[in-house]
Amino acid sequence: MRLFPRSDTDLLPREAAGETWLAAVIAVLCFIACLAAVGAASADRAAQGWARQLRAEATVQVRPRVGETGATAAARAAETLAGTDGVAEAVALDRKAAEDLLRPWLGEAVLPDMPLPFLVTVRLDPDAPASAVTLSRALATAGLDASVDDHAQWRGDVERSAALITLMAGFAFLLTAGAAGAAIVYATRAGLMARRSVIETLSLAGASDSAIAWLFQRRFGLLAAGAGAVGMALALLVIGSVRFLGGSDGLVAALPLTWGDALIILPCPLIAAGVAVVSARLAALSRLSGPARRRKRLA
Amino acid sequence: MPDRFENLMPLSPRRAAVPLASSEPVRLEGVGFGYANRPDVLRDINLVLTRGSFHFLTGPSGAGKTSLLRLLTLAERPTAGRLSLFGSDVTGIADQEVPLLRRRMGMVFQDFRLLDHLDAFENAALPLRLAGRRRAEYADDVREMLNWVGLGDRITARPQALSGGEQQRLAIARAVMAGPDLIIADEPTGSVDPAMADRLMVLFQSLNRQGTTVLIASHDENIAARSGATVLRLSGGFLREGLG
Repeated sequence: MRLFPRSDTDLLPREAAGETWLAAVIAVLCFIACLAAVGAASADRAAQGWARQLRAEATVQVRPRVGETGATAAARAAETLAGTDGVAEAVALDRKAAEDLLRPWLGEAVLPDMPLPFLVTVRLDPDAPASAVTLSRALATAGLDASVDDHAQWRGDVERSAALITLMAGFAFLLTAGAAGAAIVYATRAGLMARRSVIETLSLAGASDSAIAWLFQRRFGLLAAGAGAVGMALALLVIGSVRFLGGSDGLVAALPLTWGDALIILPCPLIAAGVAVVSARLAALSRLSGPARRRKRLA
Repeated sequence: MPDRFENLMPLSPRRAAVPLASSEPVRLEGVGFGYANRPDVLRDINLVLTRGSFHFLTGPSGAGKTSLLRLLTLAERPTAGRLSLFGSDVTGIADQEVPLLRRRMGMVFQDFRLLDHLDAFENAALPLRLAGRRRAEYADDVREMLNWVGLGDRITARPQALSGGEQQRLAIARAVMAGPDLIIADEPTGSVDPAMADRLMVLFQSLNRQGTTVLIASHDENIAARSGATVLRLSGGFLREGLG
C-alpha cells in the first residue's frame, strides 16, 4: 500500500515497507483517538443531561400534624409548592404510587403494613428553578412540617463521576495522540539513521539542517495526514453504525451519540499531520546538530 | 612546474597577521584537530591555497588526510588555530552559516556518495536544486555538463546502472555543477582502474585550467607525482611539502 505517489525527484529515498507500517500504526492510533474524543464528548453530554435532570427536580417529605392525615398534608404541600415561583409542577405521591416504587425492592408481602413517608415530587422551572431554601420557606409559611431534598448530594456524585469519565476519555485521547507522536519521532530517528549517508551528502552539497528537516517534516506530515484520514474514516464508520443501530438514544441513554459528534473528529488528519510535522522537525534537528553544537555539548 | 602549481605558502606566525584576501580560498594558521578523548590527529597545520591552485594531499592511511578535508568542508571544527575559507575566518562559524559556504565548494568522495534513488541528471543537478534554482533554469547546463564528463547518453541512468568510472565522473559533474571556487576530492581515483584514474586526473586538470582551485587527497603518490601538481604530505599529524 502506498499512500502517496512516488516521486523520483524526491530528495529522500522512500522506505516503502517501514512507512507503510508506520502509516498503519498512526491510522490505528488515530482511530482510537477519534473514538476516545467522541466518547469524551458523549460522556460529557450524558453528565450534563443527568445533572440538568437532577437540578430540575426536588422531593419533599411531609410530616402530618396531629389530627391531619399524611395524604391531606401531602396534598396541601403540593398545592402550596405549585403556587411558588420557580416551580413548574408539584404532585403529591399517593400511597399506591409509593408502593409501586418500592415493590421491586421489597416485594409484595411487607408493603401493606409498612409505614411509608408522604412525598411530594416537584418539577422545577428549568429557566429559573426555585432553591431548596425557597421551597422550605414556602412550606413553613403554610404551616407545614416538611423537609426538602433538592438532590444536591446525589447530583454532586453524578457530576463528579461524569467529570471523571470525561477526564479519562480526554486522557485516553491525549495518550493516543502522544503515542502517535512518539511513533513518528521513532520513525524519523530511524529514517535519519537509515539515510545517514544521503543526509550527509545533502548537507555537504549545501543543504541546511532546516532544509533537511523539512524533507522529513513534509514526508511524515503527509504520511500522518493520510493515515489520520484513514483512522478518522474508520471511526466515522463505527460511529455511524452505532448511531444508526442504536436508535433514538444513540448507543444507550447513558452514552448518547449524536451525528454532530462526527464533526469533532474531522480535524483528526490535520492534528495528526501537525503532531507529525512538529515531532519530525524536533527529531531531525536534534539528530542533525552540526559540529559547532556538538562541540558545545562536549565542552 | 607550471605557475599555477607554485601557490603553496607555508605560513610563519608573522604572516598569519596579514589581512585575509578573498583570493585565498583556504588558509589554515596553526590549526590543530583531534577527536574527543583521543590524541590530536592534526597539529600546527599552516597552509594557504590560492585561487586557481592545484594541490595533492598525500600520506599514509590514518595520517589525517580525511580529517583535514573534514575541517575544510566544515564537517568538523579546529580544536586549535584559525581556519579561513574564501577570505572569512570560519573557525567558530555557526552551523547555520555552513551551507552557504559549502555551496562554494564541490566535493568528490572515494565512495562517490551518489543518491541511488535519483538518476544521473538529478544527481548532477543536486547542488543547483539545493541552491533553490528551478529545473527550467539549469536543465541545459546539466545536460552540457554530463556531456562534458562523457555521460551524455546516460542521463536517465541510476547510479547502480553505471560503472565505477562513470559513477566517479558523475560525482565530479555534481561537484563542479554549481561552478564552485574550490574542489575538494577525497581519494577520487581509489575505486577505479589506472586508466580511468588518469582520465579523471585530466578532468580535474581541465577544471583547474578554468580557474577552479583543486585539492585532491590521495594515498597514491605515483598519481600525485605524475600530475605535476604541488604535493603536500601529512605525516604524524604534521604537514610538509613534497613527496616523502
